[in-house]
Amino acid sequence: MKIEKFYYDNQIVKMFAYATLLWGLVGMLVGLYAALQLVYPSLSGGIPYTTFGRIRPLHTNAVIFAFVGNGIFTGVYYSLQRLLKTRMWSDMLSKINFWGWQLIIVAAAITLPLGFTTSKEYAELEWPIDIAIAIVWVVFGLNMMMTIVKRRERHLYVAIWFYIATFVTVAVLHIVNSFELPISFMKSYSWYAGVQDALVQWWYGHNAVAFFLTTPYLGLMYYFIPKAANRPIYSYRLSIIHFWALIFLYIWAGPHHLLYTSLPDWAQSLGTVFSLMLIAPSWGGMLNGLLTLRGAWDKVREEPMLKFMVVAVTAYGMSTFEGPMLSIKSINAISHYTDWTIAHVHIGGLGWNGFLTFGMMYWLIPKIFRTKLYSLKLANVHFWLGTLGIVFYALPLYWAAFTQWAMWQEFSRDGFLVYPNFLETVTQILPMYLLRAVGGLLYLSGAIVMIYNLRQTVKSGNFLKDEAAEAAGLEPAYVYHGKEHWHRPLERRPVQLMVISLVVILIGGIVEMVPTFLVKSNIPTIASVKPYTPLELHGRDVYISEGCNNCHSQMVRPFRHETERYGEYSKSGEFVYDHPFLWGSKRTGPDLHRVGGKYPDSWHYNHMIEPERMAPGSIMPVYAWMAKTEIDTTTTAAKINAMRTLGVPYEDGYELVANVDVVAQQQTIVNSLNKDGIKNVAPNTEMIALIAYLQRLGTDIKLQNQTAEK
Amino acid sequence: MLKFIKHNMETIVGIEIFPLISFIIFFSFFIGLLIYVARLSKPYIDKAGALPLEEDTNSTTTQNPMP
Repeated sequence: MKIEKFYYDNQIVKMFAYATLLWGLVGMLVGLYAALQLVYPSLSGGIPYTTFGRIRPLHTNAVIFAFVGNGIFTGVYYSLQRLLKTRMWSDMLSKINFWGWQLIIVAAAITLPLGFTTSKEYAELEWPIDIAIAIVWVVFGLNMMMTIVKRRERHLYVAIWFYIATFVTVAVLHIVNSFELPISFMKSYSWYAGVQDALVQWWYGHNAVAFFLTTPYLGLMYYFIPKAANRPIYSYRLSIIHFWALIFLYIWAGPHHLLYTSLPDWAQSLGTVFSLMLIAPSWGGMLNGLLTLRGAWDKVREEPMLKFMVVAVTAYGMSTFEGPMLSIKSINAISHYTDWTIAHVHIGGLGWNGFLTFGMMYWLIPKIFRTKLYSLKLANVHFWLGTLGIVFYALPLYWAAFTQWAMWQEFSRDGFLVYPNFLETVTQILPMYLLRAVGGLLYLSGAIVMIYNLRQTVKSGNFLKDEAAEAAGLEPAYVYHGKEHWHRPLERRPVQLMVISLVVILIGGIVEMVPTFLVKSNIPTIASVKPYTPLELHGRDVYISEGCNNCHSQMVRPFRHETERYGEYSKSGEFVYDHPFLWGSKRTGPDLHRVGGKYPDSWHYNHMIEPERMAPGSIMPVYAWMAKTEIDTTTTAAKINAMRTLGVPYEDGYELVANVDVVAQQQTIVNSLNKDGIKNVAPNTEMIALIAYLQRLGTDIKLQNQTAEK
Repeated sequence: MLKFIKHNMETIVGIEIFPLISFIIFFSFFIGLLIYVARLSKPYIDKAGALPLEEDTNSTTTQNPMP
């Protein structure tokens, strides 16, 4: 074939690289701010937009989708072109991918602090943004697939398989988890309810980790480690096993986020089993990365880029060992709701994703700017700041987790909880929270050093916008050369590879979801569980909007210390009208599932105005503005209608009179507040709605018990 | 008390076959994968594994665009 001349597009790589650095800085800053708020709650400033419940999703979204997301695109746009010996199929689509993604990030950064959220973790963005994400993601996928189609290299390197699986799986996850019924421009209700919603959410949440934070970065690992070490991957066969085993097993593991909850037991066990199996491919991949450096360890001493990669791959190994351990029920009993989970994800986030991104940047920026890195010394400084940052971040949180769990479950000889006041177990670990913030600060300072270093590198360099290359074109149609292996045609046909990946990842999801959705006995209904009153529904939306679920669970697990502390354990049938579910995943504050009727209305009122009034030492932000912010009762009808569409049995025509009930219930609460000496309360406020909701929580079953006793 | 979480799947007709099906799916998937990987030819493995390094080794990339 004739040798063809073409140019690699470095411009798009540069743009994504800059975006990665910028959003990384923003995401880490927001994280540090959130971490400090846990120690100094007054830092939220007493305004709605900066409270922890809204800032925490901002941090997670910024780091996952803005920092790592742009990191993925940087690495993919660089390596894909070179591995396929061709320019990206369409510069226009590349640009749409870039600007679309940045617009989505900006939209997220605006809407999350404003309280527009679906409450589903890492899928908080509301429906118009969800649609935008789907479109931009498909643009990326189309551009990638078409680039593969017009490639000049017959074989698809394993990194590209990981990219393809990433594209197709993230698309499936995002679309299935985002089924929601819009009721207004920025408000929607999840299509699923309760247990089913939880299952779908954590099928998504877990696989967002798998297919957004892991598989694309594994692709990058398989490209950039050989590049940096200048030797091929240790075992290409192992990388193939790594790929297929990983994508086949990963998708099943989601239910390990719901151990000991109301999810059917069989689904929980499925999650545990598959999580344990995941050790095998994950460690195969990790060893493959590390062993690539065999005989080249001297380079690791000199090349900061390799140091970052080695720590990244090691962190991958640690997280993927820890993850399966956390999926064992008895261990999960400790980690779930404590800071262990937070420590775990930051080993992955700071170590694996962060360090791999940094390593890639140190290699990539000098390369496309045709120069040397400005300062190896500064890169080493960054390396140590980052590594210490991870240690100082994670260790205090492990400590905090064990301490808090030990306090939660400690009984005295007489059979009473030793620490019946949840707050005691929080104030105990505040020093650890402060240390964690120090760890975050160290890590952030390292990143700032890197940005300075790269800026100097860019200044001294000369950017190569279009990099010339030559390669022979592929023969237009493949000519059969006799006997060959069956997988070989698959590697030539990217679309087939994509379809098979899709089938492989769908199996696990289908096996988990179909029975949970179709088999009635999986969620036994409880006759006394009734739909929320319209005011409670408004209150629930306030709860969602404020992100209360970021710190409060609504899921009492069947442990003695939990039923003793909170009340009867949660049943799957109690959540059948919960669109979306609000089980939460972390208890920075106590569980709220049985909070209904536990305190008088006035307690909640005072607690929201200033938490420390009722709970001295509390780290909950103040929510004083709720007493003045009105709820929009014109949306009541739309909310009732939407809920009815989703299967909540409100009577026909109820939406027309629902506001009468709203006013009546508001008045009841205002009267009860008056009785306790709280006068001049505005009834039509978020405060009253939230109190109505909180007082309802978990009471359906309490009522049942009362009748039984009579 | 445990009635809420136990016996969830017992109502499914023919539930006994499920573990068998799962075993067959997984056993064949992984055995198939191992056979396939073991049978890959050495030249192909070497070629594919070296793909990331190609542009550096066989001078297909030039730093300065030729006129």
